[in-house]
Amino acid sequence: MAKLTFQEEECKGCGLCVHACPKGLLSLSVQRLNKKGHTPVELTKPEDCTGCASCATMCPDCVITVEK
Amino acid sequence: MIVFEKPKALTDVPLHYCPGCTHGIIHRLVAQAIDNLGIEGRTIGIAPVGCAVMAYDYFACDMIEAAHGRAPAVATGVKRAMPESIVFSYQGDGDLASIGLCETVSTAARGENITVIFVNNAIYGMTGGQMAPTSLPGQVTQTSPYGRDVATQGYPIKICELLATLEAPAYLERVAVNNVKNVNRAKKAIEKAFRNQVEGKGFSLVEVVSACPTNWGMEPQQALDWVQDKMIPYYPLGVYRDKEV
Repeated sequence: MAKLTFQEEECKGCGLCVHACPKGLLSLSVQRLNKKGHTPVELTKPEDCTGCASCATMCPDCVITVEK
Repeated sequence: MIVFEKPKALTDVPLHYCPGCTHGIIHRLVAQAIDNLGIEGRTIGIAPVGCAVMAYDYFACDMIEAAHGRAPAVATGVKRAMPESIVFSYQGDGDLASIGLCETVSTAARGENITVIFVNNAIYGMTGGQMAPTSLPGQVTQTSPYGRDVATQGYPIKICELLATLEAPAYLERVAVNNVKNVNRAKKAIEKAFRNQVEGKGFSLVEVVSACPTNWGMEPQQALDWVQDKMIPYYPLGVYRDKEV
């Protein structure tokens, strides 16, 4: 199973990764803010993630590390 | 096994760019090229004036900040003085296609063995969204509130096509970073532009069609869709010069 790690404090909540995920597994938090005041990205169903790294490819801020 | 992580040629300094700004993607692609070719110790980058002015904080290699538009001239000096170094300039459209057009064309015409990364987002970002030489016909900006009127403001400058009229450039390609497929193509193009320099092939320029969500007044994803729908039809992607072929 793939594992995603988020550098949450670097996330600006732009949502490009949310659109890039072919399975629609990512969403922006509705509950939390990071120190910058942005809504950081979250992985909703970790068990469905294939580790294709589409999200990390589109992330402008290198927030996401992908392991398989 | 790590499939994707932040490249080592980027520092830990958080990028100051607006949310969804594609400068971050292009910085990463340049850093990945430096990592993949193993040239970090001898690479010298030239930062522009514009949004990317603080690129010297983000790249882990040596960096020089050039006067507005003069990055290719500074790069020429560094490369000639230190031929073993790998020299790249990273410039936006206001820098490369406007105030620095002379240096861009002259450096390309001389075929200097440097790599130029040209970020074309069709607007002046840092100064607040004024019309750039690359703004599309009809595009609304701070200084063209009724849309760019080609009768008075002329047509956009297509840098790849312009430089392709010269004999000397070794490699000219236009790519985009609006979706995963195009980012992967851009990654290959940028790496090739660096490899050309390592192999001594001559002047290589990669034009990256980019987005400016803040000054275009759009959501980040909406801006990437605008790149696909408006920018790419006007700035066709592809290879404009490749002396290998």
